[in-house]
Amino acid sequence: MAINIVSWIAVGLILATSAAILINRDWRVSLGALAVQYIAAFWLITRHLPFVMGSAKLITGWMVIAALGMTRLSLSAKEVDNEETFWPRGRGFRIILICIVALVAAGSTSRIEAVIPGLGLQVIAGSMILIGAGLVHLGVTSDLLRVILGLLTLLTGFEILYAAVESSILVTGMLAVTNLGLGIVGSYLLVAGTSPSEVGDEI
Amino acid sequence: MSAPVIWILVPFISGILILLFFSERYSSLAGGSISIILALTALIFPIDTALLLGAISLKISSSVQFFGRSFALTTADGSLLVIIYGLSALWFFGTQASGIANRFVSLGLMIVALLTASIAVEPFLFAALLLEIAAMLVIPLLVLPFQKPGRGVVRFLIYQTLAMPFILFSGWMLAGVEASPGNIGTTTQVGIMLGLGFAFLLGVFPLYNWIPMLMEEASPYATGFLLWALPTFTVIFALGFLDRYTWIRNSPQLSSAIQYAGIFMVVSGGFFASLQRHIGRIMGYAAIVETGLLILAMSLKSLEVVNITFLLLIPRGFVLALWALSLSIIKREAYSLRFSEIQGLARTYPLAVTALILAHLSMTGFPLLAGFPSRIALWQELAGQSLTIAFWMIMGMFGLLIAAVRTLAVFVMAEDGKAWALNESWIQMIMLGVGASGLFILGIFPQILQPLLTNLPALFNHLGQ
Repeated sequence: MAINIVSWIAVGLILATSAAILINRDWRVSLGALAVQYIAAFWLITRHLPFVMGSAKLITGWMVIAALGMTRLSLSAKEVDNEETFWPRGRGFRIILICIVALVAAGSTSRIEAVIPGLGLQVIAGSMILIGAGLVHLGVTSDLLRVILGLLTLLTGFEILYAAVESSILVTGMLAVTNLGLGIVGSYLLVAGTSPSEVGDEI
Repeated sequence: MSAPVIWILVPFISGILILLFFSERYSSLAGGSISIILALTALIFPIDTALLLGAISLKISSSVQFFGRSFALTTADGSLLVIIYGLSALWFFGTQASGIANRFVSLGLMIVALLTASIAVEPFLFAALLLEIAAMLVIPLLVLPFQKPGRGVVRFLIYQTLAMPFILFSGWMLAGVEASPGNIGTTTQVGIMLGLGFAFLLGVFPLYNWIPMLMEEASPYATGFLLWALPTFTVIFALGFLDRYTWIRNSPQLSSAIQYAGIFMVVSGGFFASLQRHIGRIMGYAAIVETGLLILAMSLKSLEVVNITFLLLIPRGFVLALWALSLSIIKREAYSLRFSEIQGLARTYPLAVTALILAHLSMTGFPLLAGFPSRIALWQELAGQSLTIAFWMIMGMFGLLIAAVRTLAVFVMAEDGKAWALNESWIQMIMLGVGASGLFILGIFPQILQPLLTNLPALFNHLGQ
């Protein structure tokens, strides 16, 4: 019973952090929210995987955040193009989007549980929110850091669901490499094209 | 020594060592030589078969355990390894002529090693993860440190990452479908998920918009390598799915869907290629057409599926390498590959222009060139199944032909009295000469591929046997 309550809290945390990443424009808030999101995802993953494998995912996620954070910190404001080039792009629009994601996740959770029994409602709900939020994020941004955040969110959602059906160490390892790779590729793309003399202006 | 160590671990570590210790000048030679040695090893030493060399008995074991899962390369994989590393050698030897930095060779070797691992991993579904990791390794090749990343590379990263969850999850669901094939609902869901996964991976219409973008914003040689390597291994992965799951092979709806996806790519790719004014984008659309042909080959209800698919795959690597090399040489001179910038270049870079046009014509299925035998074989099989599809395939090829004629017209539009000159370096001349000769050899004597093609159907237990 207590475990179920904690799991639902984790789902709530996932919804809140996904909304924060999608709505907030400050990269520090987004990365902080992603770090909290990994804790919630870790809890849901350990419903089906051993604690050690779950913690490997948590540590990988935090390493990715550290890499992205350090890279973003080293860039000056003029090197980062945060302006989205399409409409609608307001905060209200994003709030509506995350509400739609939450509604779709709420609607689909019980149906997926009926098709694939044994996963657990909390696991499915958390996973669907993350996948939905990741997809929505990818749909409304062209900013590099935000694209990487969207992909990481989506992958975390998938990993929660996949952990319930596949417990291979090799898969866990390769998914961790994929996450790390995304972080490194994201960092590389963020610094690519920036002149060395300008790096560190804001530190 | 085991096969996965030789053909996966060795090239991967070699790639790292080349990155760390080799200068730009020697990396091309080192990478090409390693690839040639690996190809020859695959040709000479059969996997899992004892070979007596005097008093010494030599045997390459087929599998190795890694984190509880096995990586296995069997005797049947030998021909495939010869093709993969033979073509890789061509790409790596060409790097010096194309003027690309040494990390192309090192990252290229690591990418090929990872992609080889994708055909060796058991269960084969995990290949999706290795394809994703390989796709991420391609990014530093596409975006140089001094270059701002464009939209094409971001879309490429997004699409490849989206493909992985779809394929992994549909693979897990396929086990359920096998247990109860009558469940139409689950079968449809799995079919859609699998289709979406491969659509993202292969860049099926309309998800291929990143290809022409990349051809415009990134190095043509690196993009050409990507357009050769990833679809080649994805097609082998897809053939694995067709081979292992009977219901996918036997489902008429899925077969039609694959066929329509293929023909849409061929026709749309040919149509858009004929409208372009940028020779890099034209190559991108030609690669899309080629992928469409591969998908069409996979949709065939014939015993020749595997033979025709590999007959398409081998010249594809050859043609793309030559085309990308020619584009790289031209780009170093013209900076932009727009028609306005390359006008009259046939007089100053005659060999590069000739090689480019030959590669383009080969892609359109011009007689005597490498692409012709595979296209005629595919066309013959398609005509036996649907004349409409066969007609539209020709229309796609016609679009590519229009693009080739337009490109040639722009290249020869030189000012009156402009003198002919040979500005290619000797290494560029050698590589272009070897490539162009290869196109003719493969076109006139396609039977030289027969020894390699003979064993390939054994890779797939149910397809083509």
